Amino acid sequence: MNHRALSRRAVLAGLGFGSLGAAAPAWAAGSVKLPLPGGPDARDLTTAFPGKGSMILQRTRPPLLETPFEVFDQGVFTPNDRFYVRWHWASIPTEVDAPSFRLKIHGHVEKELSLSLDDIVRLPQFEIAAVNQCSGNSRGLFEPRVSGAQWANGAMGNALWTGVRLKDVLDRAGVKAGAVQVRFNGLDEPVVADAPDFKKSLDLDHARDGEVMIAYAMNGEQLPLLNGFPLRLVVPGWYSTYWVKMLSDIEVLDHADEQFWTKTAYRIPATPGANVRPGETGYATVPINRMVPRSLLTNVMADASVRTGAPLNLRGIAFGGDCGVRTVEVSPDGGQSWLAAALGKDEGTYSFRRFEASLPALVAGRHELKVRCTNTKGVAQPLEPTWNPNGFMRSVAETTPVVAS
Amino acid sequence: MPTMILPRLALAALFAVPLAGGAALASEAMRFKSVSVELPQSDRTFPGGHEAEAINNNCLACHSAGMVLTQPKRSRTEWSATVNKMIHIYKAPIDDTDVPAIVDYLASMRPQP
Repeated sequence: MNHRALSRRAVLAGLGFGSLGAAAPAWAAGSVKLPLPGGPDARDLTTAFPGKGSMILQRTRPPLLETPFEVFDQGVFTPNDRFYVRWHWASIPTEVDAPSFRLKIHGHVEKELSLSLDDIVRLPQFEIAAVNQCSGNSRGLFEPRVSGAQWANGAMGNALWTGVRLKDVLDRAGVKAGAVQVRFNGLDEPVVADAPDFKKSLDLDHARDGEVMIAYAMNGEQLPLLNGFPLRLVVPGWYSTYWVKMLSDIEVLDHADEQFWTKTAYRIPATPGANVRPGETGYATVPINRMVPRSLLTNVMADASVRTGAPLNLRGIAFGGDCGVRTVEVSPDGGQSWLAAALGKDEGTYSFRRFEASLPALVAGRHELKVRCTNTKGVAQPLEPTWNPNGFMRSVAETTPVVAS
Repeated sequence: MPTMILPRLALAALFAVPLAGGAALASEAMRFKSVSVELPQSDRTFPGGHEAEAINNNCLACHSAGMVLTQPKRSRTEWSATVNKMIHIYKAPIDDTDVPAIVDYLASMRPQP
């Protein structure tokens, strides 16, 4: 599928379908408006990135590509060629030779390993459906606005990940007594030599929990390069900052990781929901960790016109965060009353879950629809937005205004 | 973009492919195809002529302009903190003498797509 798309694009480029006006890059393919309060809200769509179909261009280099929201209405698994893309540093290898690729496991272990892809495939196979969500997904919806990638809701995706348990790989190397954390590094590098290379660490017990895995396939195919070919760490239930792409180096540490990306970056207020008041200071912080529940309507967009006199059918996707979905409820009146939605097939604890509901006919006028997920730990999405200065962990029960006539 | 004009049913059919592939993986060993791609480069610069010289000379080596130009309105103090972070944490090789011009540009920038 991807290869056909690539050659099709090459043909289009060769025919000179490029220039679409002065402001747009030569390869722009339309534009979208994102629901970012106060703007700027216009973004180009692009089909120029390898292995990717139409994506929202947030940044060319290093790439930030957002999944157009309509993709989430098409099913609970996000196709690889529409899966969002986010890189920290612009030195991204553009060639990866599968036969010579090696994953190194070293540090506080009995035996260093250097595994080929074939070595890895021969280990016991493990599969899990899991949502990969950027820590800053929906940052652009924060009010007051905060700086950073101005994502709407498309910096997330759900895939069936196939690979091997990290535990099995660590066991082959033999973790020594006294190990504390495991650090992960990929092939990407900073453009400036002495800048901090992007690495992330997990506590040893987490790394060995039997769910954290090294994926060599997503949705049954090898990973697109921009999603981390050939190997990606998968940390079910945790934000994507830990899901290291192009994973090439695993280091077992006998001390807590002190480097920038684990210790200093990606910290959140140590408050429920990472919530603080704008301007508040003096609160404790911790590294971002488990995801929180979310739910999104996918068939009715903000300010849609709907009919009076007929039930309003709603559908969307929900996920529990670090556990499954217990309930999804929808409200026709801004949260005064709630109606249980029907849940679709359970693809696994960490997967998107489809929901559907039919609201009684609305009277003419403006209405605020809301949707709220409660996860299997009993955590419900808050009705008021949470806020923090990095724009992490958006979790509010989203509101969709509609006009019935 | 051809995908955009596919009818809904065709999209559903495309979408079924990954799951079928996933089912097949369990019974046959994964084979990897080496990858060689080209990533698009941005030739976009910060608009504004002379006033954009410092930001164009110092900032585009590490990242393209688009995400900067689509930030919400921010104060001079906030932009100054960002530029300092780029220099001190991300080691951006920015001339000290260019810093005020970069911060001025960012603080007076009209956010645009």
